[in-house]
Amino acid sequence: MSEYVGHDQNGTSVGLVKKQFFTFAGPEDPFSLESGASIGPVTIAYETCGTLNQDKSNAVFILHALSGDSHVAGCYKAEDAKPGWWDIMVGPGKGIDTDKYFVICSNILGSCMGSTGPASPNPVTKKEYATDFPMITIGDMVRSQKALVDHLGITRLLAVVGGSVGGMQVLEWCVRYPDMVASAVPLASTCRHSALAIAFNEVARQSIMADPNWCSGHYYGKTKPDMGLAIARMIGHITYLSDESMRLKFGRRLQNKSALSFEFGADFQVESYLQYQGNKFIERFDANSFLYITKAADYFDLAREHGNGSLVKAFSRTAARFLVVSYTSDWLYPTYQSKEMVTAMKKNNLDVSFCEIEAQWGHDAFLLPNEKLDQLMAGFLRSVSHACPAV
Amino acid sequence: MHALRYDLQIIASWITPNARVLGLGCGEGDLLLWLKQNRQVVERGIERKESRVVKCIEKGISVLQGDINTEIIDYPDQAFDYAICSQTLQQVYDPVSLIQSMLRVADKCVVSFPNFSHYRIRSQLMLTGCAPVTKELPYEWYNTPNIRVLSLKDFENFTRQAGFSILKKAAINTKNHQLEGKIVTFLPNLFATYGIFLIGHQ
Repeated sequence: MSEYVGHDQNGTSVGLVKKQFFTFAGPEDPFSLESGASIGPVTIAYETCGTLNQDKSNAVFILHALSGDSHVAGCYKAEDAKPGWWDIMVGPGKGIDTDKYFVICSNILGSCMGSTGPASPNPVTKKEYATDFPMITIGDMVRSQKALVDHLGITRLLAVVGGSVGGMQVLEWCVRYPDMVASAVPLASTCRHSALAIAFNEVARQSIMADPNWCSGHYYGKTKPDMGLAIARMIGHITYLSDESMRLKFGRRLQNKSALSFEFGADFQVESYLQYQGNKFIERFDANSFLYITKAADYFDLAREHGNGSLVKAFSRTAARFLVVSYTSDWLYPTYQSKEMVTAMKKNNLDVSFCEIEAQWGHDAFLLPNEKLDQLMAGFLRSVSHACPAV
Repeated sequence: MHALRYDLQIIASWITPNARVLGLGCGEGDLLLWLKQNRQVVERGIERKESRVVKCIEKGISVLQGDINTEIIDYPDQAFDYAICSQTLQQVYDPVSLIQSMLRVADKCVVSFPNFSHYRIRSQLMLTGCAPVTKELPYEWYNTPNIRVLSLKDFENFTRQAGFSILKKAAINTKNHQLEGKIVTFLPNLFATYGIFLIGHQ
């Protein structure tokens, strides 16, 4: 997902937030992963906003996408240049209203924003795991999030909400812990990657692994594979946009020049934009985390893992009320993929709402200000919280 | 409790409490919301237009955006007690298979439509020689979504031929957005603006 976030128009905010850490699974009771490997200790970075009510029935867990983090809304310090990545959605009076709901957002396992991942120290070697870090899955991420929810003393989440790879975690939550999820909102998401999505991820991974500085992942303390990661990010950004949004945003306009340069520098605005996004990304993201998380997303297949290949069977385990949202111009996770999950839910007689929002901004649309999404989210959460008195 | 359009009041009066109800072409969800709040039904809606879907979900109604003819296919047999298709039948390309689908997913179904043999329509055609344009059917021939023109009598003949049975019917006289109306008992095929039918298997 891209970084479009800004303070919203009316300037309301959850205010100052603090990144917190929860560590579990020691050397004696390591966290076993779906691959068969196990790790420990596991640290999960998380943030909360709003207030948990007395009966702990108003918790909304937000699940971030590929490159996101626990910093969903608000600021760490008053002078921060930018608020959290979904500040437009999460805050007082917003789509996910922090005056009503207690919002939790944690950094996914395998990432590099405070949770355990390939850049974390391996307790055995005392050095960074690098590629000795075991392969993780969306299921592993969700099981670590469940440990955090248990730690917070919450037995049932009012809602799990997430876009893109976050939406995969939403679906995994519903299948794995049906008793703990009252409602679920997968946005611009899928039950499994198409060959097209895997193809783009593979090109991005190859670009990292082809960088001579990657050194089979053991680059910590040395020169990082910045070029490879920047190109991976550029590829990602192409998939987050759409033909229409690129035409509107850049067209064939030139960057700071009035004529073609006849050199290999960036002539077009779109080239300059991608280079900028790539260079910004390397400052904050770890190349190995990118490899692990994209692989986990490619492996994700709800039907295969939970339904012997049948999506209908996979959803037969769930009990949540669903709101599924797709975007007309999203070609990375197109509407037909959202409709596939809706069909499987219907065949199980589940309570599902579905809306395809008209938007020109491609996959990234779920992160952009959209009055309709605000209305959908607010209305859906309101009806769920009224229908779900404390358990 | 919000006021319901007269034709929807009639439909609502036929729905038993705690029923499972599927609304086809449910618009902004007025009927489903009323039934949910006053009859404690379990509601599902299907609506094509994105802005109306947003309105439904805002109200807390469960609704799917899509085409009624295709979206109805995925539901299991007898998933509902009632399937309601209010003032949409005249826009459906294949009404027979739609009603068959409705009676597959639901025990009973409700359909309502504007009566094309109302005396004002008849007289317009006869006196002006032009395709009728009325408050109930306000379009010109070239832009109307109402591709099926039928009268109350047509529909009754149709149910006999298609093998459905009419369990209840109401011929009413109301204007589209009026909250009030009346049941027409005298020559309904001539004087009713709308027909509402509760249909079951024979």
